Amino acid sequence: MPDPLLELRGLSKNFGALTVTSDVSLTVLPGEIHAIIGPNGAGKTTLIHQISGTLRPDRGTIRFAGQDVTALPFERRARLGLARSFQITSIVPGFTALENVALAVQARSGSSFRFLRPVANEKALNEEARAALDTVGLGRVADRGAAALSHGEKRQLELAIAIAMNPRLLLLDEPLAGAGPEETERLIGILRELRSRYGILLVEHDMQAVFALADRISVLVYGRVIVTGTVDEIRDHPEVRTAYLGEDALA
Amino acid sequence: MSMLLVQALNGLQFGVLLFLVAAGLSLVFGVMDLINLAHGVQYMLGAYVAATLGVWTGSFWLGALLAMPVALLVGLALEWLVFRHLYRRDHLSQVLATFGVILTVEEATRALWGSAPQTVLEPSGLTGGPMGGVEIVAGLIYPTYRLVIIGVGIVVPLLLWFLVERTRAGMLVRAGATHPAMVSALGVDIRRLFTVVFAFGAMLAGFAGALASPIFPVAPGMGDTVLILCFVVIVIGGVGSIRGAFIAALLVGLLDSVGRAMLPDLLRLVLDPSSARQTGAALASMLVYIVMAAILFFRPAGLFPGGRAA
Amino acid sequence: MTAPFRKHALALATLLALAAAPFLGFGDGFALSLLARAMILGMAAVSLSLLVGGAGLVSLGHAATMGIGAYTVVAFDAAGVSEGLIVFPAAIAAAAAYALVTGAVSLRTSGVHFIMITLAFGQMAFFTTSSFSSLGGDDGYTLYARTEWLGTRILDNRLTFHFLCLGLLALVWVGGNLLLGSRFGRVLRAARENPQRALAVGFQPYPYRLVAYVMAGAVGGLAGALLANATEFVSPALLSWTRSGELLFMVILGGVGQIGGAILGALAIVLLEESLSHLMVYWRLVFGPLLVLSVLFLPDGLVGAPLRLRAAIRFASPKRRNADA
Repeated sequence: MPDPLLELRGLSKNFGALTVTSDVSLTVLPGEIHAIIGPNGAGKTTLIHQISGTLRPDRGTIRFAGQDVTALPFERRARLGLARSFQITSIVPGFTALENVALAVQARSGSSFRFLRPVANEKALNEEARAALDTVGLGRVADRGAAALSHGEKRQLELAIAIAMNPRLLLLDEPLAGAGPEETERLIGILRELRSRYGILLVEHDMQAVFALADRISVLVYGRVIVTGTVDEIRDHPEVRTAYLGEDALA
Repeated sequence: MSMLLVQALNGLQFGVLLFLVAAGLSLVFGVMDLINLAHGVQYMLGAYVAATLGVWTGSFWLGALLAMPVALLVGLALEWLVFRHLYRRDHLSQVLATFGVILTVEEATRALWGSAPQTVLEPSGLTGGPMGGVEIVAGLIYPTYRLVIIGVGIVVPLLLWFLVERTRAGMLVRAGATHPAMVSALGVDIRRLFTVVFAFGAMLAGFAGALASPIFPVAPGMGDTVLILCFVVIVIGGVGSIRGAFIAALLVGLLDSVGRAMLPDLLRLVLDPSSARQTGAALASMLVYIVMAAILFFRPAGLFPGGRAA
Repeated sequence: MTAPFRKHALALATLLALAAAPFLGFGDGFALSLLARAMILGMAAVSLSLLVGGAGLVSLGHAATMGIGAYTVVAFDAAGVSEGLIVFPAAIAAAAAYALVTGAVSLRTSGVHFIMITLAFGQMAFFTTSSFSSLGGDDGYTLYARTEWLGTRILDNRLTFHFLCLGLLALVWVGGNLLLGSRFGRVLRAARENPQRALAVGFQPYPYRLVAYVMAGAVGGLAGALLANATEFVSPALLSWTRSGELLFMVILGGVGQIGGAILGALAIVLLEESLSHLMVYWRLVFGPLLVLSVLFLPDGLVGAPLRLRAAIRFASPKRRNADA
């Protein structure tokens, strides 16, 4: 078994008396899609916050690419190759699609304390940004203002930004949220292509998408991982059925 | 030592006045997300009205009492004319529009009363005569009026605390500060709540101005100095926190008074008298801001963070 | 090239008008000193616009950097030094150092806190200069001589001074635009619009904001040094918070979307103040309400005014509305 890309060990977090994350341990291997599912309020987003570094866990460690990153802030983890997408689309609305992606390329290629040369003319940045846009199928709207994109296109743009960071791990917080059936189809296709290049930790509500994409699934209930297994194992797990999936979810 | 005591009392009384202005400012910001630079205008108007009506009626106390409704009415008029159009605007617009209000009202004050400071005598009747005082320690007489201010400064915060923490209106104010959408969903007229809070803040500031009129020069720019110190108070205390504002106001008042009195003397130990005086004066005027910077450096959200965050 | 040209057309036209003004009947001493004032304040306003419009940092203490630049000139003057090669770099460095120290603290906060803290630091600088009794205290200080350059007194010539100010103003404007279009500027703009996004791709906004704050402070210092030379008199009033408010007004009147707008804003306000104060004693009774009205009704500034007017006319005309639908 290869060394895990991401390894959580005994992660716990309380908000006052409320336990939101309780002794969570899991791994993401290179080239693997590891999905986290669970009912609303199970603490999925809080967990993402702790992994990306916007929230500090009370206990436990986070190792990423062989390094303990528990104490590193958000932007430092990003520079190590941990790319995150947000549940509510987060882009720079005043930038073009291309500029949104080029910003991510810029972050990993040389100093940004350069004050005079017009960045819009930097070929190297733009070419890489265009390639990332092409990967998610947004090449044709590269020069459009990001605010003017459709909802689905914005979700794709966020993926392109994450790809442009040249990350090792994608941390995707409900990438399909709010997308229509067609957009969902397209996004699933994109994610399927990305799996070979990165490790992916996927939080998603759309069960069909999860079952279609995931290599392994962890089920989170009340902040605790009740089971981790392959798609088939999860599908048949009795505790999962009662705790989360219900009877009709798989019908 | 008695010198230090007098300065401490002066500082306390300045702190109390700061609190009366800052409380309104902080509430208005906390509930309405409005940064109102013109709040100092109420303070200035309170002082002017108290000065003028005090002479007309022949009683300082009557003048001070009447200053409150006048400040209230001016506040409501300004709210209706200008501020209510700003609630949905960004902070930059709020800063500029209320800045325009300051320029206008201060200029109007200059036109009506002239630029020269008004003089207001400390009220008689407390101990008989403006020089009346109380012997607080053996051989040290402190003006009664100033002790009254400190007394007021203990009563009003308690009253305010009771209003905000123990009444239904106060509960709405607190809820409105953090969850405005929810409060209006409960069927509360948020506009009216705003107006009430605003009026209350304006009245407090007017009252503070009236109280301050015998002690500080009553002049057109008097509100600005107090306003900016109130910002320091709010920043140190934490936005939206009445308790934080109270503690920070006393801290700022004390630092300012004691610093001005003591620093030049302290520096004389290491510098020659003339440069000690100049450096001391410069340092004393910077002291409050340096302390603010230090507190912020360690606690960017102030001593008592709470209410609205940004 | 037409799109960027149109974008900057207004600022370019203003600069050209300023260049032509001395030869079109505005060449007398009074007009030139008024224009010099407008250009110098315009310089400070452009640097403030860089902070407000570019980085999203609403500073209400920018006048302090101007005041520190001016007081550096004064301090050297009192010590008998008036060589520009010493005085001007020192003024710029002093203002930049002030911006570095106060910015390091202020930038730890954001939003309304930032406004209040910059205001408080500005007030601190104001009171500090008032306490310099050897430099005139509250009453201010009259310069012994204008700054010399390599011993020659070229600044004494009003026309030279006019074009020096104009050249520096143009330089600040061009530099500011280059800055906003650079890698650095892109990070600033991204952090203004969506700080979470900037962090997510690996940019901590703080150092970028601090550098921008220091740069704006340096330009403020330069403007202050020029202003001391223009008026040959410096007093703490230069650092008063109302001066900072005025600078902000120039920025918003010109329109925050374009740093060049601040040049037009500065010119408009200086001329308005001048003509109002000639018309009446209590001129702020008109100026104040005008400020309030322009904030309420011209949110995009003078630059956006024609567009808004056009939109209003279109909205009012039912025929056009039907055609649009």
